[in-house]
Amino acid sequence: MTPQLTVMAAETDGINGVALSVLIALFALVTVAGFMATRFMRADSMESLEEWGLGGRKFGTWITWFLLGGDLYTAYTFVAVPAAMFATGAVAGFFAVPYTIVLYPIIFIFMARLWSVSHRHGYVTTADFVRGRYDDRGLSLAVAVTGFVATMPYIALQLVGIQAVLEVAGLGGGDNIIQKDAPLFIAFALLAAYTYSSGLRAPAVIAFVKDILIYLVIIVAIVYLPGQVGGWDAIFGAAEDKMAATNEATGGPTGSFIPGAGQGWAYATLALGSALALFMYPHSITASLSSNSRNTIRRNAAILPAYSFVLGLLALLGWVAIAAGTQPIGLDGEPNAQLVIPQLFEDMFPAWFAGVAFAAIAIGALVPAAIMSIAAANTFSRNIYKEWLKKDATPAQEAKVSKLMSLLVKAFALVFVLTLDKQNAINFQLLGGIWMLQTFPVIVFSLFTRWFHRYGLLVGWAVGMVYGTVGAYNVKNPVTGKAFGGSLDNIPGIGEMGYIAMTAFVINVAIATVLTVALRAAKVSNGRDETIPFDYFADADDPRVQKDLVEHSSHETPYGDPDDIPGNAPAR
Amino acid sequence: MNSGNTPPQSRPEDPGVPPTDKGKMALAAVLLLIPIVVLLWVPHYAKVEPTLLGFPFFFWYQFLWVFICSALTWTAYKLTLSARGRTTHKVGEDR
Repeated sequence: MTPQLTVMAAETDGINGVALSVLIALFALVTVAGFMATRFMRADSMESLEEWGLGGRKFGTWITWFLLGGDLYTAYTFVAVPAAMFATGAVAGFFAVPYTIVLYPIIFIFMARLWSVSHRHGYVTTADFVRGRYDDRGLSLAVAVTGFVATMPYIALQLVGIQAVLEVAGLGGGDNIIQKDAPLFIAFALLAAYTYSSGLRAPAVIAFVKDILIYLVIIVAIVYLPGQVGGWDAIFGAAEDKMAATNEATGGPTGSFIPGAGQGWAYATLALGSALALFMYPHSITASLSSNSRNTIRRNAAILPAYSFVLGLLALLGWVAIAAGTQPIGLDGEPNAQLVIPQLFEDMFPAWFAGVAFAAIAIGALVPAAIMSIAAANTFSRNIYKEWLKKDATPAQEAKVSKLMSLLVKAFALVFVLTLDKQNAINFQLLGGIWMLQTFPVIVFSLFTRWFHRYGLLVGWAVGMVYGTVGAYNVKNPVTGKAFGGSLDNIPGIGEMGYIAMTAFVINVAIATVLTVALRAAKVSNGRDETIPFDYFADADDPRVQKDLVEHSSHETPYGDPDDIPGNAPAR
Repeated sequence: MNSGNTPPQSRPEDPGVPPTDKGKMALAAVLLLIPIVVLLWVPHYAKVEPTLLGFPFFFWYQFLWVFICSALTWTAYKLTLSARGRTTHKVGEDR
């Protein structure tokens, strides 16, 4: 097996013409689809956040399934999870499976309430909801800024996914900056253009292509590849040997085959913390709120695990690569685990199928990048521009600011990836997960109760942010000694390694609870609540909501602004 | 309603809260909690034996739970649909 692989690898140095042609053809196809998407479930006017930023809140169960699947399972996930399995094993990589299993019961519990209250009041972001629930601009700003800042490096990481594919296909080398970065630049310029014109409808349409390609590629790979490398016994055997081998830099084992004693906490807290944090991200909320009924999201909680199954298979491809002897070497000649999946496909499959796989990953980057930039832009225009800079902004102005911001956010991500070390994007992504989890009490607890005090929640959030950031900074990379070396640290009081975000979260909730008791005893006002209990149960076919929808069907009297519209919830 | 601290919601007298079968909702909550508790209790499945088609227990067991969790969530969905009637809240009743 090994000699043959060496020959194949030698042949594919430099540009892989067939694979690259297939990649470019499929990329062109989705670009056309992206521009045509304005006609998908056509609206009278795209000049409001309801239409541009949420697709008119019209997506049914299957569109939502593709959209959320395309949004949550990002290109970076497809590159990084198998890379983590390949490099350090099950604790760092396979936790993605329990993470994406426990995720769905959790969102089942609160997402229908968030959908209903958002639908009744025209909320586009979670910060909108917090603003309405407590009439507190500070708390709302805290949620908005956390989401905005955490999303930016996530967009940048989608570029890292595209870069990995281009690098293995032989592009992106060369010495001059134009030859090196032009392909990435063109891909992102096209993405920016059709997101600008079609809004959330563009990723909704492209998600169909992306998800079908991903399913196709992974199922073919998981059926075909094990037979080529000696079966699953050989794959798990090779992985066990590699993980047990001594890492020369640290003197310990390379990684974990199955979480051993003392690793259970790490595995469980990574899964739970990531699951709690994921639907705090603006892009997850945007995709959820674009659905057409409160039950669409609940039905999706039952059918989205199909993606978790595929993600688990993909994670195991990282170990197939160990058995296949894949050597992920970058164009700079350095080993780079992030390249392991594209390299595996290039080594083991005919060039045209490798091209399909590359396209699946590259297009897989476009869907989340588009939704993330829309979500970050919505957060900016709603919760920063309208709230702090121009209070009387019309829906058309809001949509315009959002569209321009979506371009800016993508430009920033591009600059981030082209000028800074990739490791910075990965560090910030790590921090982003820790930060997002700290907004969970403010958003989710408030959906069920107003017992928690707004200032208690704010202080809890602030302490959680600081603790999590300092905690992650203090984790040193065992090989290089640099800061932000990982997301695991000793859990105080338990003495086992665990996810820093969860420790910060527990401290956050404890502080919020203690301060709430004190502030309630001192009778400090908890702000004005513009929502009523009915709002949390409203569905699209309730008579009252139907009446609202009729009243807001024209964009001159926008649904996005509840003020002074009869039949709507009371004005602020 | 608007002054300071209000008590927790979903008391029966709250306007707009649909009539709810509490027993069914509690059962749905238990169904949703099962996969969370099982998967976070890592030591009980972090082992190699028994293997299935060459897969160590740790891996095939988690794949199995993808399907179990999906079935439990679907059952919980059906339960919540039947547990909660329509709201009696009328157009024009703002409070």
